[in-house]
Amino acid sequence: MSSVKTTAGVETGLTALAVSLRGVTKAYDNGVMALGPLDLAVRKGEFISLLGPSGCGKSTALRLIAELSAPSSGVVRLARQESKAQPGHVQPGHFQPGHGIGFVFQEPTLMPWTSVRENVRLPLRLAGVPKADARARADEALASVGLVDFAEAFPRELSGGMKMRVSLARALVTDPDILLMDEPFAALDEITRFRLNNDLLALWRRLGKTVIFVTHSVFESVYLSQRVVVMSARPGRIQADIRIETVEPRGEGFRTSAAYSDYCRTVSAALAPSYSGQSTL
Amino acid sequence: MNAQATVAAKPSGAKRALRFVLPVIVFAAGLLAWELVVRIKDIPPYVLPAPSVIFLTLIKDWAVLSQSLAATLLTTLEGFVAASIGGIAMALLFNQSKWVEASLFPYAVVLQVTPVIAIAPLLLIYLEQQTAVVVCAFIVAFFPVLSNTTLGLNSVDRNLAGLFQLYGASPQQTLRFLKLPAALPYILGGLRIAGGLSLIGAVVAEIAAGTAGAGSGLAYRIAESGYRLNIPRMFAALLLLSLAGIVIYGVLALVSHLVLRRWHESALGKDN
Repeated sequence: MSSVKTTAGVETGLTALAVSLRGVTKAYDNGVMALGPLDLAVRKGEFISLLGPSGCGKSTALRLIAELSAPSSGVVRLARQESKAQPGHVQPGHFQPGHGIGFVFQEPTLMPWTSVRENVRLPLRLAGVPKADARARADEALASVGLVDFAEAFPRELSGGMKMRVSLARALVTDPDILLMDEPFAALDEITRFRLNNDLLALWRRLGKTVIFVTHSVFESVYLSQRVVVMSARPGRIQADIRIETVEPRGEGFRTSAAYSDYCRTVSAALAPSYSGQSTL
Repeated sequence: MNAQATVAAKPSGAKRALRFVLPVIVFAAGLLAWELVVRIKDIPPYVLPAPSVIFLTLIKDWAVLSQSLAATLLTTLEGFVAASIGGIAMALLFNQSKWVEASLFPYAVVLQVTPVIAIAPLLLIYLEQQTAVVVCAFIVAFFPVLSNTTLGLNSVDRNLAGLFQLYGASPQQTLRFLKLPAALPYILGGLRIAGGLSLIGAVVAEIAAGTAGAGSGLAYRIAESGYRLNIPRMFAALLLLSLAGIVIYGVLALVSHLVLRRWHESALGKDN
């Protein structure tokens, strides 16, 4: 789809960028444009949120970045460890998928027939990591989300919040550079969601991953991210790109501060055109 | 509080016991009525044997009947194993290629909807008797395994499939770690149906075969006893067939429960 001619130029950019989308579009099979053209650059270690109404293509954008689907046009580029090692061999879209990316779905998406530890170990198992090593790393990932005591439990024995933590541990077990999260906390109650928000922030500060977080909650996006990218629907385009600057590390104090509500107002205002106009639902 | 809890628990325990006891009472009452009617009306055994006579026949003819039972059970087992392996293998093949499925599925349906009693005489012409009987059991039991396994393989969670794709799972890995476990409840459901059906298939084929000999099954005993008006033995053989069916179903249901009890809704208690 894309040629190698830009490799050198991108290579210099890649030292700072984790993900770059250029002129990316996605059309449905029936020809209707779902997304784009979309230009987005995410720096390494950045926490950004994609915020927009349902049907604005934010999940589609995430699936494109994860290479779970291919763009109709444009280029999706990811910086990965492999690309630094041998830049000449890197072809966009031809990476060994998965190693650089952790994906957390809207639902916990756990295998109900096996234990929590086996669920977390799955990505390593698929990659052929030896069992003892994989078990140790799975337990480590479970410890990082505070679930080490539940390694032997089956998913159905856990609460919704705990299942989501397992899903997060599974995404972290391969130690990916980029964490993609598709409305992971949308189905949880607010109290559980607040707690997981704080846990996620703590994890992000400790591990320094690049996080792209899809949400339809203004409040969640402002609380979590350094940048909120507001998208409009049909086709999905970037409406606004708002930087959230505050004293780090953020905590519960930020949630009740005046700055927080100011940002929420700004973001809501940027979102307004997509719901104040004629209804598309 | 403890006392209250016991009181509250008691009705449900009693209810459960009743569920078990009631059918037994009905059965016993039915047998008693049967026995009484036969004795009071003095019905001869070749018209309607009393339960006690049937029971005595079962003991008296045990040597013949047990041999026939073993023959029928062996046929059933062979048919069941062939249907299980064949059905699962074919479902896996269908899952690999849509074109294979499109080409072969109609014939699987044809095999299923054609009454086996009509196929059996033809099979008996072309095949050796024992083989023909097993093939009949296979034909009847094959389809539920095939269709259930196909359904199971197609019911894999979409997000989980995406996850496997994301981590670059090979087709074999996807099959082993995702598709087969996800299909397991469906496969076990199919096997449970197939167990009873292979017994039916075996019986139908035995009756169609109708040849005497050392390897004759229970169904043949029933037909033979019918010709000789040995009605008590007919009932005794029928009783054994019925018991065999119940045991087959029970064993398969137990296996299914043991395999699924840790995770699948069907095997979990209602309060969980």
